Amino acid sequence: MPLECLRCAQIVRERIDVSCFANKIKCPEDGAIVAFEGVVRNNSRGRRTLFLDYEAYDEMAITQMNGLIEKALSQFAIREAVIVHRIGRLQIGETSVAVIVASAHRAAAFDACRWLIESLKQTVPIWKKEYFEDGAVWAPGEPFPAEIQRPRDQPSQKPASN
Amino acid sequence: MQVRVLFFGVLKDLAGQSSDSLTLPEHATLGDVLAHYQTRIVGLGNLSASLAMSVNQQYAASETQLRSGDEIAFLPPVSGGLN
Repeated sequence: MPLECLRCAQIVRERIDVSCFANKIKCPEDGAIVAFEGVVRNNSRGRRTLFLDYEAYDEMAITQMNGLIEKALSQFAIREAVIVHRIGRLQIGETSVAVIVASAHRAAAFDACRWLIESLKQTVPIWKKEYFEDGAVWAPGEPFPAEIQRPRDQPSQKPASN
Repeated sequence: MQVRVLFFGVLKDLAGQSSDSLTLPEHATLGDVLAHYQTRIVGLGNLSASLAMSVNQQYAASETQLRSGDEIAFLPPVSGGLN
């Protein structure tokens, strides 16, 4: 996998090798590398999960993730950050997303890494469908934050039936 | 003018398709596209308050004026990352 651009986000369809990214991002000025992995859990809201399907609006997701990285670089004293999100079918225990941050000091790396994953969950156009023994549902998702531009509902155009 | 419309997540299931091509009058807005599909996709009305839309991969509001060739997407609340 080409890693010429580390200050950027990627969407992949194969297993994420987090330690490989962590090793490649490292630079002699770094005193801390913080790596977060989001992992597919075997249960969700009391139901046993079989597997997940992730889908993305690829180009927009990469643009949004790159935007988050740029914000993190300006808000936190970090040197570098990378986000890798996997899409397609993921099994229990597999890594769906990795956020890796490098900085001189650990406090900023922890803070930036947390901020990146919390922000990613709110604005990046990626969705997951959860498959259970007795059916499948699209995960409800978090409400869009107030600063995201959104259409107003058009109540006069609503269908009559409910 | 003609625009391309994409549906993602649960909205794709409701629409029965992942993409559509729509012919609109000049000066149509994003709100006009939402209104168009609200009358055609059962269940979309109930989700309108929570969804977002984009024009050329940027989140956009109802007033956004569209141009020929624009790519519009219906985006349910996102659920990437972890559980």
